[in-house]
Amino acid sequence: MKIKALKAAFPYTIPIFAGFWFLSLAYGILMNVNGFSFVYPMMMSILIFGGSLEFIAVTMLMSPFAPAAALTITLLVQARHLFYGISMLEKYKNTGWKKPYLIFGMCDESFSINYTAEIPPDVDRGWFMFFVTILNHFYWVSGATIGGLIGSLISFNTEGLDFVMTAMFVTIFLNQWMKEEKKYTGLIGIGATAACLMVFGPDSFMIPSMLAILALLTAFKNPIGKCYESDFDRESDESDPADHISENNPGYETAECEPETIQTQGRKNK
Amino acid sequence: MSPMTIPQQIITIAICALGTMLTRFLPFIVFSSKKPTPRYIQYLGKALPCAVFGMLVVYCLKNVSLLTGTHGIPEAIAIAATAGLHLWKKQMLLSIAGGTAVYMLLVQMVF
Repeated sequence: MKIKALKAAFPYTIPIFAGFWFLSLAYGILMNVNGFSFVYPMMMSILIFGGSLEFIAVTMLMSPFAPAAALTITLLVQARHLFYGISMLEKYKNTGWKKPYLIFGMCDESFSINYTAEIPPDVDRGWFMFFVTILNHFYWVSGATIGGLIGSLISFNTEGLDFVMTAMFVTIFLNQWMKEEKKYTGLIGIGATAACLMVFGPDSFMIPSMLAILALLTAFKNPIGKCYESDFDRESDESDPADHISENNPGYETAECEPETIQTQGRKNK
Repeated sequence: MSPMTIPQQIITIAICALGTMLTRFLPFIVFSSKKPTPRYIQYLGKALPCAVFGMLVVYCLKNVSLLTGTHGIPEAIAIAATAGLHLWKKQMLLSIAGGTAVYMLLVQMVF
C-alpha cells in the first residue's frame, strides 16, 4: 500500500525537486557565505520549511536581535497558509497520525499538489499526501544542507532555473482553472494580486491581496457558491438516503463543477 | 558574522518556526473535524484554491519590473510557452520543463 502511494506520489514531486534543489542550494550557500555552519540552514529547513521566510530569516540573523519584528514579519509572510488550511480542512480529514505532519509540512508546493492531484482510487489518499509532503521536505532540507556544506564552491550557469517554480504554479493554476465552472475565481486571484502588487509594491502586497480576494469572493458568494452547493449537501448530511446514488457513482454529482482532472505525466497512456 | 548571540539566534529561528506553524495549524484548530464547518468557510474552502493559485503565480513574479531591465518580456514569453505547451499536450512535467528551458535560453542568450 505504501509503495503504491510512493510510486503515485513521486512523479508529482519531480518539478519540485528541481525547483527546491535550486532554491535551497542557493539558500544554503547564502547562509554559508554569511558565516553560518551548515547546521543552521539544515535545522531551519527542517523546522520552518518555508522558502521565502528562510531567505528573509538570513537578513534577520544578520541584524540586531528583534523578536517582536521577527514575529510580525513571520506572520505577514506566512499568512497565506491560512487560506491553504481552510482549503485542506476536508482533504486532510481521516488521515490519522499523519495529519499533524501533513499540516506541519503544508508549504506552497505540498498544498498545491495535495489539493489538485488526481489520486488513483486504489491508492491510499493519506499515504499519497504524506509522501508528497515528506519528499518535498527531504528535497528542501538536503539542498539547504549541501549548500551550507559546500558553500561557494559551486559555479555553473543556472541563471533562470528558478523559473521552474513559476512554471509549476502556471500549470497548477491552469489545471484548476479549467476545472472551475466559474472562471472568475481564478481571475479574481490574478487580478486582485496584480493590482495590489502595483499599488503596494513587492514587499507589502500579500496581505492586501488576501483581503481583496476574501472581499471579492464574499461579494460574489451567490453566483460562485451555486456551483459548489451539491458538494455541501453531500458533505453535511451523509445519512440522507438520496445520497446513496452519488455514493455509488463517485464524482457524478460534482461532475458539473469538477470534470475529469487533467492527468499528469501522461500516465493514462501506459 | 551575525551580531546576535547564539541564544538570540535560536530564539529568532524558533519565532520563525512557531509563527509559521501557527499560520498552518490555526484553521485546523479553529474548525475541528468534530464540529461541522460553517457554510461560509466550506464555501471559501472550495472557492479559494483557484484564486490562491492565481495569487501564487503573481507572487512568483513579484520582483519582475515592467518599467526597467527586460520589462518582463522573457517572463511573458516563458509563461506563454508553459501555458501553450500545457493546453496542447496536457502533461505537467513537459510544460514545466519546456517553459523553464525557454526562460533559461532567453535570459542567458537573448536578453
